[in-house]
Amino acid sequence: MSTSPPTAASRRVLPEGRFAGPMPWVIAIMLCLAVLAAAAGLAIAHATTALQGTLAGRVTVQIVEANPDVRARVRTAITRELRRSDNVSQVTEIGDADVRALLTPWLGEEGLDSELPVPALIDVTLIDARPAAVAAVAQSAKALAPNARVDRHADWLGPLGGLLDTLKWLAVGLVALTAAAAAAAVILGSRAAMDQHRATIDVMHLMGASDRQIARLFERRVAQDAISGAALGFVAAIGVLIIVGWRVQAVGAALVDAGTLGWADWALLTALPVAGVGLAIISARITVLRSLASIL
Amino acid sequence: MGSIVHFDNVGLRYGTGTETLSDVNFTLASGGFYFLTGPSGAGKTSLLKLLYLAQRPSRGAISLFGQDLTNLKRAQLPPLRRRIGVVFQDFRLVPHLSAFDNVALPLRLAGTQEREIAAPVNEMLAWVGLSERSNARPATLSGGEQQRVAIARAVIARPDVLVADEPTGNVDPEMALRLLHLFDGLNRLGTTIVVATHDMHLIGRIASARMMRLDKGRLSDPTGELRHPPRVADMAP
Repeated sequence: MSTSPPTAASRRVLPEGRFAGPMPWVIAIMLCLAVLAAAAGLAIAHATTALQGTLAGRVTVQIVEANPDVRARVRTAITRELRRSDNVSQVTEIGDADVRALLTPWLGEEGLDSELPVPALIDVTLIDARPAAVAAVAQSAKALAPNARVDRHADWLGPLGGLLDTLKWLAVGLVALTAAAAAAAVILGSRAAMDQHRATIDVMHLMGASDRQIARLFERRVAQDAISGAALGFVAAIGVLIIVGWRVQAVGAALVDAGTLGWADWALLTALPVAGVGLAIISARITVLRSLASIL
Repeated sequence: MGSIVHFDNVGLRYGTGTETLSDVNFTLASGGFYFLTGPSGAGKTSLLKLLYLAQRPSRGAISLFGQDLTNLKRAQLPPLRRRIGVVFQDFRLVPHLSAFDNVALPLRLAGTQEREIAAPVNEMLAWVGLSERSNARPATLSGGEQQRVAIARAVIARPDVLVADEPTGNVDPEMALRLLHLFDGLNRLGTTIVVATHDMHLIGRIASARMMRLDKGRLSDPTGELRHPPRVADMAP
């Protein structure tokens, strides 16, 4: 009598094979795109936070006065006045030489005549940057120099912040879309597999298999495909992120550097393939159970 | 003996066509042995489908194991189906599983521990003469071998009711007799057996069996007094 014990594979009612169909590849592509979109979203979120932190409370007082002596005197007076305010944490006078250095890229060395009047600038950091506080600074400056103008840095870079915010939500949307596309692929794949194995399903039903038992067979198969696909997609995405990381380091810009991913971000990215596999299994389960409900 | 199956004025219609089964009334006693005969197209397979819960009747009422099936929910069917063994006319073996795993399937579906599966499955395969083909896939088995695997699968879980549709159609007379003795042995252990067959010679082999004859979708014994089959000795060779 032949008594060779059956292998686990032989007990599987549905045939299984790694990368046997399009499902693992679709999941790999979707997961790769989702991880890249999520990484981009996180980087943008960090850059936005850094930008907001840098700009928050920063204002520049600009004194337009042709007479350099008067300009210097007024600048000193306003600086002294601002330092007395409880709401000001830091006041920095920008000297004429620094202002000229800022203008050099636009006007050139020849254009910066020593006679050319440049505005006096005072860099101010406020503790409370609400409009009323900024208005108080402007009032203090105008009391000493009616031509003084106060500019909030946040106003200059507001559109950039808005763009970054939009990009961040776009990344979130892309992650959601790729998840939906992956779920749709799993649903279609599960339906196709059910059609392919309809005869086996019927026999199992007639032998007393519950819907849950049959659904588990498909879940197992989808889980294998999803794990393979998610692993492949994740590795590919990490490879891309490492290459992009090298490029970012080469740029060396402050805003780009602020987008560097931390440990929490990497943990979140690592959770994506796990969530992807879970989503695939749940999608398969719901699809199969709903389809089985139409069979006696 | 109490009744295990009761058909009350049952009709079956596929789609909008004419009725495949009409006004079918009968009662099967628990532990009985029944042959279902009739010409091709008489509705034998349809009646068996109602018995093994692959179809619901279009009208009438069916009671199985004392439960009225009319209003039974889908979720309540699996436990009933596990009490019924089925030998399909077209075998319906799972193509990706070996003969061993096909036979083991009902036990696994019922939650039997793996360590308790090998012995009865191997015993059953030996009984149907397929020990050496235990690891073979259905595609590599002959029609007769597939039929024997299907029979082994149907009886492995010791069902309360065994429903067999032409179970000896693809085996030689010696194996047919051997399988009939297997059914008879199961019947002696209390299993109710219903066998659809054209083989009158086979019918005469079980003296205690009763016979139901279907003709054009109607049971040709409207009184419900099912006749005993003729004995082998009474039949022409």
